[in-house]
Amino acid sequence: MTVTTITDAQLAPKDYASDQEVRWCPGCGDYAILKAVQKACAELGLQRERTVFVSGIGCAARFPYYMSTYGFHTVHGRAPAIATGIKLANPDLDVWVMTGDGDGLSIGGNHMLHVLRRNVDLNIVLFNNEIYGLTKGQYSPTSRRGTRSPSTPLGSIENPVSACAFALGSGARFVARSIDTQQPHLIGVLKRAHAHRGASFIEILQNCVVFNDAVFEHITGKEVAPEAQVLVEHGKPLLFGKSKEKALRLKPGTLELEVVAATAPDVLIHDETNRALAQLLAALEPPLPTAIGVLYCNPTESYEHDVYAQKGAARGNADLDALLNSERTWEVVS
Amino acid sequence: MATSTIARSQRETRDSVVIRFAGDSGDGMQVTGAQFTLETALAGSDFSTFPDFPAEIRAPTGTTFGVSAFQIHFGGTDVMTPGDAVDVLVAMNPAALTVELNDLRVGGTVIVDTAAFNERNLNKAGYTRNPLEDDSLARYQVLKFDITKLTADAVKPHGLSSREAHLCRNMWALGLLLWMYGYERAATVDWLKRKFAKKPVIADANIAALNAGHAFGETAEMTEHMVGYVVPKAEARPGRYRTVSGTEGLAWGLVAGMRAGGIEKMVFAGYPITPASALLHTLANLRAYGVVTFQAEDEIAASGAALGAAYAGALGVTSSSGPGIALKTEMLGLAIATELPLIVIDSQRAGPSTGMPTKAEQSDLFQAVHGRNADAPLAVLAPVSTADCFDIAIEAVRIATKYMTPVIVLSDGYLAHAAEPWLIPREADLPRFPVTYRTDPEGFHPFLRDADTLARPWVKPGTPNLEHRIGGLERDYDSGHISYDPDNHARMTKARADKIAGIARDIPLQTVALGEDHGALAVVGWGSTFGAIHRAVQIAQDEGRDVAHIHVRYLSPFPRNLGELLKRYDRVLVPEMNNGQLVKLLRAEYLVDAEGFSKVTGKPFRVTDIVQRIRGGAPPPSEGSGLGGEAG
Repeated sequence: MTVTTITDAQLAPKDYASDQEVRWCPGCGDYAILKAVQKACAELGLQRERTVFVSGIGCAARFPYYMSTYGFHTVHGRAPAIATGIKLANPDLDVWVMTGDGDGLSIGGNHMLHVLRRNVDLNIVLFNNEIYGLTKGQYSPTSRRGTRSPSTPLGSIENPVSACAFALGSGARFVARSIDTQQPHLIGVLKRAHAHRGASFIEILQNCVVFNDAVFEHITGKEVAPEAQVLVEHGKPLLFGKSKEKALRLKPGTLELEVVAATAPDVLIHDETNRALAQLLAALEPPLPTAIGVLYCNPTESYEHDVYAQKGAARGNADLDALLNSERTWEVVS
Repeated sequence: MATSTIARSQRETRDSVVIRFAGDSGDGMQVTGAQFTLETALAGSDFSTFPDFPAEIRAPTGTTFGVSAFQIHFGGTDVMTPGDAVDVLVAMNPAALTVELNDLRVGGTVIVDTAAFNERNLNKAGYTRNPLEDDSLARYQVLKFDITKLTADAVKPHGLSSREAHLCRNMWALGLLLWMYGYERAATVDWLKRKFAKKPVIADANIAALNAGHAFGETAEMTEHMVGYVVPKAEARPGRYRTVSGTEGLAWGLVAGMRAGGIEKMVFAGYPITPASALLHTLANLRAYGVVTFQAEDEIAASGAALGAAYAGALGVTSSSGPGIALKTEMLGLAIATELPLIVIDSQRAGPSTGMPTKAEQSDLFQAVHGRNADAPLAVLAPVSTADCFDIAIEAVRIATKYMTPVIVLSDGYLAHAAEPWLIPREADLPRFPVTYRTDPEGFHPFLRDADTLARPWVKPGTPNLEHRIGGLERDYDSGHISYDPDNHARMTKARADKIAGIARDIPLQTVALGEDHGALAVVGWGSTFGAIHRAVQIAQDEGRDVAHIHVRYLSPFPRNLGELLKRYDRVLVPEMNNGQLVKLLRAEYLVDAEGFSKVTGKPFRVTDIVQRIRGGAPPPSEGSGLGGEAG
C-alpha cells in the first residue's frame, strides 16, 4: 500500500503572504517578525489550510491579515480565549496567537495567565515594544519606570512586568525570548516553539520606530549586543562577551546569578528543563546581560489532549432518546 | 406497598392543591419537594414546581435568611403555575413559619414540628411568644406534631446518632403528605436505596421515617383536621412523560439542535454564576453526545472560547446571568461583525449588578436586544416554560447556523429551577436542518451572502483553498477585505440589520395563546410568565371579559404580524417581571398604546396579580363571578 502524504513543503516564504498591503509604519520591527514567521512556516512546511493566526488588538494584531493562512483578528486581549475555543473544537489545527505587551499583558493578562497554565497547544508570540503604538504612544505594562508618554508626561511611576517571568510564573512550559532584528535566531526560536507540544510563549523585543524608537538599543545595538545579551542554548555554558570571555554562575551563598570569567569554576550549563534557572535567566536585566533564546522547555500533554483523553469525551454518537428517557418516566394512556 | 386503607370515597376531592415545604437550608426541603413531585407525576396528576432557596449555601441554622422552600402545585386541571396561595404549609421550624406564613391562604393548613419551636429557635425567628401557644394562628388549621421525636422513634432500630436521626425528619413529613393525598411511596423508597446505596443503614432509616409518617396519617393519631384527600388525574396526551427543569430542557435541546444541524461537536464555555451554573454542570456530563465543556477564567473568556469554537465549525455556546452577559457584550459585537453563529443563554436574575442572584427577573430584555455598542442586531428568543426550553434551544441552533448570527436565549432563574411534566419527544420526530460548510473555492470570499438569508458562508479552518481572514474591522461588502469606505459601512450596517430582520420571514406568525385575535384587551407577555398570564386570562374570560393572551417567543426580530395583531385590540397590557421593557419595545416598534404592568419583587407573578389588573380596566364582569378556581 502506498501512502501519499501531501504537504506544502515546497512552499516559499512568499507563499505564506496574503494579497493585502502591509500597513505598519516604515521601519517597524513588525516587518521583520512577519518575514521571520513566513520563513519559519516555509521551513516547517506548514499547510496553510491547517494553520490559523489569531490576534487581539494593537499593531501586532494586524498580523493575521498579512498571512495567507486562516486568520481571526478578534478583540483586545482575548485572542488566547478564542484560540482555546478553536483548539477545543479542532485540536488538529495549528494555531498561533499574535499579541503585544498591551494586548497580552495588560487587557489580556488574565487570559494569558490561564492559557499558559492550562497548557493549550498554541504558539503564542508576544511583540514587546514597551509602548501602546496603535493608540499613539501611551506607556504600557512593560514600559520602564520613568517612561514619558502622552499619559505620563512626568514619567511613568509604575513598575514594569517582565513578560518571560510572568509566563514562567503562570506555569508556561515553553518560554523563549528573541529579537526582531536577529532573524536567524528568531526563526530558530519560532521553529522550536512550533515543535513544542502545549503552550509555547515567545517574547520578541520589537522596536517601535515611531513612539519608542531604540528602546532596546542598549541590548540589541550591534556594538553592545555581545556584552548585553547572553544567548542561551540547552547543554551549553552560559557564555557572553565579544569573545565569549564572560560567563554566568550562581553566586555562592545566594540565589542569584553573577558574572565571572569564562574560565572560572562552576560556570552554569544551560538546562532548559530547569524552571528555577529559567526564572533567574528571565529576570536578568542590565547591567547584567539579557537572556535570549529558549529559557525553558519542559513539555507535558496539552490541555486539549487531556480533554479528549477523558472518558467518553466528545464521541457524539450516544443515543439521545436514551438520554431523554433517563431517570423516572411514566406512561399516560388514552 | 399499600397506599392507604382509606377508600377513595372516604377522601375529600380537591381539584388542585398547593403545598409548600419549608425549613432550614439543611433540612432537605428541596429533595422532599422533588420526591413529592415524582410521586405526584407517577399518580398521573399535572404539576408545576418552584424551589425558593437562599443565596447562602448554609446559613446559620434556625435563621429566617436560611429558610429554604419548595412549592408544588398539583392537580387535575388548570395547573399552569406553582400556585398563588399555599394550601398546606409544612414548616419545619419557627423561621420557616414566620417567613412563609404570609402566602398561606386563610383556612389553609400548617404542619409544624413542635420540637423545633424551642426558645432558641423562636428567638432566632424573632418570635417573643410561641405562635403555637397563642391565637396568632387562629385563621389556619394547625397540625402540631413532635416530628423530631416521632422520627427518632421510627429510626431507633437502625442505631443512628441523634444528628443523623434528625436529618430523617423530612422523610417523615414526606410520608405524611404522601398519605394525605393518597400517593405511593415506592419511587421514593427506590430513590433512597439508590442515593444511599453505600450507606444502607441510612437508606433503611429514611425509609423507616417515610413509612412512619405515612402510618401516622393512616392510624388513630389523626385529628379532626387530618383527612385524606384525593386529587384527580390530569388529562394529558398519551405518551411517555418525565419531569423536566428548564436547565435540563436547555441542555438537551442544545444537544438535539446540534444533531438536527448535523454538527459534530458542541463547545459549551461558561463561568460559574448563579443561577446559570446548573447548565454547565448538566452539559459536563454529556461528553458522549459530542459536548466539550470548558470552565473559563471569566465570562469574557467563556464567550471568546465559544466564539472560537464557532469559527472552527463547532456549535459554540456560552451561558451566564445578567452581570456575566454584560461582560460578554464585546464578544457579541465581534460575533455580529464576523457573522458567526454563537448561542448565548441568559438565566436572568434580579439586578442591577449582583442584585438578588437567586431571584428571578425578566430585566435583561433591553440588554439582549440593544445592549451593545453601535448598530449591532442579533436574534433574541425566550422560552415560555421549562418544556419549551428544549424546543427553543433547538430553534436557537437553527437560527444561529442558518443566519450566521449570535442568538440570545432569555431564560430566567425561575425557569432554570422550576419543573413540569414533559411529553418526551422522540429524536426521529425532531426537526432537521443540516448545516452546510462551504468547501467550494470557486468565487469564494468570506462575506459572500446567500441571496435569501443574507448569511455568509461557514467555513471550517482546515478546508483547502478557502484560507481567509476575518475580524472586527469593517470589511468590504464585495470582497471581505478591510474597508473604511463610508458608503460601504452604510451598506454593511444595512446588510447586518436586514439579515436579522429577515429572520421574521422564517419564524411562525404570532398566534393568540387564548382568546380571539381581536377585541377589548390583549395581555401580552414573554418568557416564564406564560402560565400566570394564561390562567389569569382564562379566569377573566370565565368572568365574561373580552380578553386574549398573546405570548411572544421571538423578541428579535418580532413575528412579522405582531404589530398588526396588537392593533386589533382596544387595549394592550404587558405584564413583565421588570420595570417595563417589552412594553417600550412594542410601543417603539408599532406605535401601539401598550400599558406596562411591572412586578419586580424577585418572585413570579401570581395569577391574582394579573386577574386584578385585568379587572381594573377591562369591561365589567358578568354578575357574580369571582376569582375562583386557582389553587383552591
